[in-house]
Parts: sequence; C-alpha cells; structure tokens
Amino acid sequence: MTEPLIFELSSPTRTTNYIDDGDVPARDVADLLPADALREGLELPEVTEPELVRHFTRLSQFNYSVDTGFYPLGSCTMKYNPKVHEDVASLDGLARVHPLQPEATVQGALQLMFELQEYLAEISGLHAVSLQPAAGAHGELTGVLMARAYHRHRGEDQRRIVLVPDSAHGTNPATASMAGCRVVNVKSNARGGVDLDDLRALAGAETATLMLTIPNTLGLFDENILEISDIVHHAGALLYCDGANMNAMLGQVKLGDLGCDIMHLNLHKTFSTPHGGGGPGAGPVAAAAPLAPFLPRPLAASRSTTGTVAYYLDYDRPLSIGQVRSFYGNFGVMVRAYAYIRSLGPDGLRQVSENAVLNANYLMRRLKDVYDLPYDRGCMHEFVLSGRRQKAAGVRTLDIAKRLLDYGFHPPTIYFPLIVDEALMIEPTETETRDTLDSFARALIEIAKEVVDKPELVKTAPHSTPVGRLDEVTAARHPILRWSGASERRKG
Amino acid sequence: MPEVRQQLKYTKEHEWVRPTDDTAVVGISDYAQEQLGDVVFVELPAGGTEVTQFETFGTIESVKAASDLYSPVSGTVVEVNAALKDRPELLNQSPYDEGWLVKVKLKDRRELDVLLSPTEYDTLIGSLE
Repeated sequence: MTEPLIFELSSPTRTTNYIDDGDVPARDVADLLPADALREGLELPEVTEPELVRHFTRLSQFNYSVDTGFYPLGSCTMKYNPKVHEDVASLDGLARVHPLQPEATVQGALQLMFELQEYLAEISGLHAVSLQPAAGAHGELTGVLMARAYHRHRGEDQRRIVLVPDSAHGTNPATASMAGCRVVNVKSNARGGVDLDDLRALAGAETATLMLTIPNTLGLFDENILEISDIVHHAGALLYCDGANMNAMLGQVKLGDLGCDIMHLNLHKTFSTPHGGGGPGAGPVAAAAPLAPFLPRPLAASRSTTGTVAYYLDYDRPLSIGQVRSFYGNFGVMVRAYAYIRSLGPDGLRQVSENAVLNANYLMRRLKDVYDLPYDRGCMHEFVLSGRRQKAAGVRTLDIAKRLLDYGFHPPTIYFPLIVDEALMIEPTETETRDTLDSFARALIEIAKEVVDKPELVKTAPHSTPVGRLDEVTAARHPILRWSGASERRKG
Repeated sequence: MPEVRQQLKYTKEHEWVRPTDDTAVVGISDYAQEQLGDVVFVELPAGGTEVTQFETFGTIESVKAASDLYSPVSGTVVEVNAALKDRPELLNQSPYDEGWLVKVKLKDRRELDVLLSPTEYDTLIGSLE
C-alpha cells in the first residue's frame, strides 16, 4: 500500500511537456554557463503528467491534518482555522500591496497593522506591540534582545543570565543562548509551579530576565505569579512571559496587570493563522511602557491632522533594537489574525479561552482514572498524563501514541515536558465538539485495556496506516538522504 | 534496576566521572541512558575546550529528546570518544565503559568532593523511580 518514490516511477523519455517550442531560438546550456556550473548524469525523474498528478495526489491523501481529524498535539494548539480568513487574506487590496508602495496608497493596510497592534496591546495589558517577528521563537529572541538593550541602556550590561523554569517551552533556553545569555534552570515545586525558594536563590544582579511560560507546559497557571513578579523585579530583572498559550487566557487576564514586562504571542496558535509549513507565522512582541522604546522599528503609527487620521510607519525610535525582519513582518498572517479578532469581538475571544479550558478539563477528568495524572489539579488549555502505569506493564507511551493512529487520531505530544515520566501532553483546543472529545477518550481508554489484554497489538502498532512502525532509531543514526537506486528501478 | 557502578562519582544530572591522577573520564549513568532511550547523536566539545563544573559541555539526542550534558568537573578536554560519532548506541549498550564521553584534565581535584557517592546517587535515582 506504500507509494513508490517518484524516481521509481521514472522511465526514460516520458515527459509532461505539452508546450510547443517557443519562437525564441534555443541555445545550448553549455554556451550560457561556465563549465564548472554544469553537471552530467543528473537523474531527474521522467514521468507522464497523469503519473505525476496521481503520485502527489495519493501522497497528499496519506496526509493527516486538522481539516481531516482531531489533532490533540499538546503545546501546539492545532485548532481549526475558519476558512473565511483565507478569503479575507486573498482580497486584492490586501494580497497585492507592495511593501515599497507610498504610504498614501496603503492606508488600509497600515490601519490594519496599527489596529492589530492596539488590539494585541489591549489583550496583553501592555503598552506597545511590534508585529515584525516571523514566528514564536523569533518573538522570544526579539524580547530577550530588548531586555539586554534595556539593561545596557541603564548601565547594567552585566545582566546576562536568563532564568528558565524546567516547565518552560523548549524554545526558551535556546532563545536565551542565541541572544548571548547564559541559561540557568529554575526547578518546579510539587504543584507544578515555579519553586519560589529556588527562584529567590537564583535571581540576582546578573539576572536579565525570567522567561516564564504561562500557562506552563503542564497546562498549569502559576498561582504565585504575583510573588514571582515581585522576586524578579526586586532583583532588578525583568519578567518575560512566553504567551504562546494565550488561548487559555484570552479575555480572562492581562499579563501586563500581573507584572509582565515583555511577552510574545503566537498568532498561529492563539489567533488562528496557519501553522508551520502552512505558514509563514508571526510572533508579535508586546512591551510594558519602560520597554516599549526598545521594540523593533518601524511600528505602525497614526497621526491626526485637521480631523483626518493618517497612518504611517514610525522609524523615529532611537532606542529600538532595530529591524528583526525584512520590511514589516508577515502581513498576510496579520490580516488573518485581525479578521479573527474582529469577527469574534471581546465576548467571542473570552469564549475561546473558556472553551479551551473546559475542553481540556473535561478530557482530563475522563482519562485520569485510566492514566496517571502527576499534577492533579484544574488545568488550563492542556494537561499532561503519564504512561508510567502502562510502562510497568511493558508498554511504552510511544506504543500508545502509535496505536492511536489505528483509531484514526493524531497522537498527542509525547515525552514532553521532560519533568513527567512517559508524558502524554494533550491539548484538545477550543474548536472541538464534545462528541469528538468523547470518541478520543474512548480510544485512549480502549488502548489502556489493550495494554493489559493484548500488549503485542499495541507494541507493534500502527496496523492500519500506509506504512507500519518505522525504525526511527536507524533512520536517525544512519539516515539515507538521497535516492541512489538506479539499478533497483522498478520494472514495468 | 539500573546499574550504579562503584568507584565513580556522580552528578544530580546523571553524569559520572572516574578520576585518575590528574585526568578524569566522564560519561552518563546507566539510569540516564535508560531514561533517554535510544541515543542517536552526541555532540561533544573539541579537544582543548575548557569545561566548567555543572555547566553544559555538549548535547545528547535520543529518539525522545535532546538533552544538555553537564560537566561534573572543571578542566580541559584532552580526549573525546570518537567511536560515538558512528556508534552512538554505545551509550546505551555500555554507558560506563565503551560509551564514555570525554577525558578531562582536572583543574581542581577538590571539585570531586561535592559530587555524589554511588550510594548517594543510588538513593537519588530511587527517589525518582
């Protein structure tokens, strides 16, 4: 049932070229390029157009996406994105503007950027927003560079340590390293929050910032956020909040009110824009008033003269860390986020977080008797189960995840966060019905029974997918990255 | 039960160190390799690199996760286990012998005193099980 490689379908002289020769005289490529740029013996696949179309269509049908099924991948917020956003983003007036057009001819686009900045500032409870960063981790890097610039400006360039709780997003320590800082881990307490004594001991005159993922990767809102904020600020450091999980808090709490100085938002998670390969993404950064001068430039701004409002790009920001992305960021993504915020409104956005939290708690209660729940308290948008009971029976979390494929579900995130043994990190998101949650819960409960009754079935899963269990270890240790099977080409 | 080898010193981050005269061999414990699962890649410092006690000196990647390696001692790397480049599985098969990571010329032998004894390390991993 597997699909051959396009190279294996190839047969010499087959072609997809239906276009007539042009009326421009053909030149030999060897006359046009220097000898060292020419290569002989390139094995490009030769197939007919129907073979080509069928091959790639079949591959696309093997794909699993949120448009085909439930996708509870913890920490990733794989929610359904309304299709109307795509219509809006492809409107000519938005899709066909050029970044170098005179400002007077792109007032609508600038107004959209300006208003989106204002909305995100309102939602985060912070003073100003830059839309430039092109992804969440890019937003983090921007934020940490701003923190460095802020301390340097105040004559405290020695503040180069970034504190990162062990329940943070994995990108946080990577970001801090990229920004030239040293990472120091902060422990979690027994309730899954930041260990305050550890934080007190670590925060000091060399601390640049604490990077707090909130809610954290256990799906827990840190109850001690105000005290955390006090400890960090008392040490002269800043509180950076990783707002990637903002879909748990929309309209419920403004992190700026709780002492957050800088935060980033992931438009592709919270504000319903495409993920990953379907991107590009956007990771806007919001800053409290003292940090706002350090935001990347330009920001979209407005001025009012004789009663009419005009929008422009403000480059006059002398303390700015500079530009972090070509032009102004990924505009098409901003359009979708703007459409999402405007179509839902304040009540709708509040409903988003309520549903995200309700769905996660519902699923958590349905599963907590069958799988271990190391941090047993009300969760936010996601929760983390442990497969240690199943591991004791000889079946690992990886096997359970693979078996879920046979039930038609995308598996949750596994083995993360690292502080939970055999972790299953489940984020249902706010866009799922109770029926979907129930059928997913039934599948996981059924698999837990199979672990006891038919362990081999689980350990050798998946059984119903185009390919079975892949040898991930050999694939990682001895990867074969290039097809070289000319002699093995499929016959007939 | 994972093996805790005698005559070694351990860190809370599950590295071991075997000191000789003025050098020490560094690796990861049996418990660590068991928790990581199949190791697929190890990134180690080049010979001559300075390492600092309890700070990261490399990365270890398994099918589950990428993790930092923390140096149990300060000093200069004098030898790196080249076999791991092609056979990272040695870390799973033989964490205390063939799967060693680096040899370090010790800067200060007194640093060894703050490391865990085999008994203390055994108690630590017992509490994690």
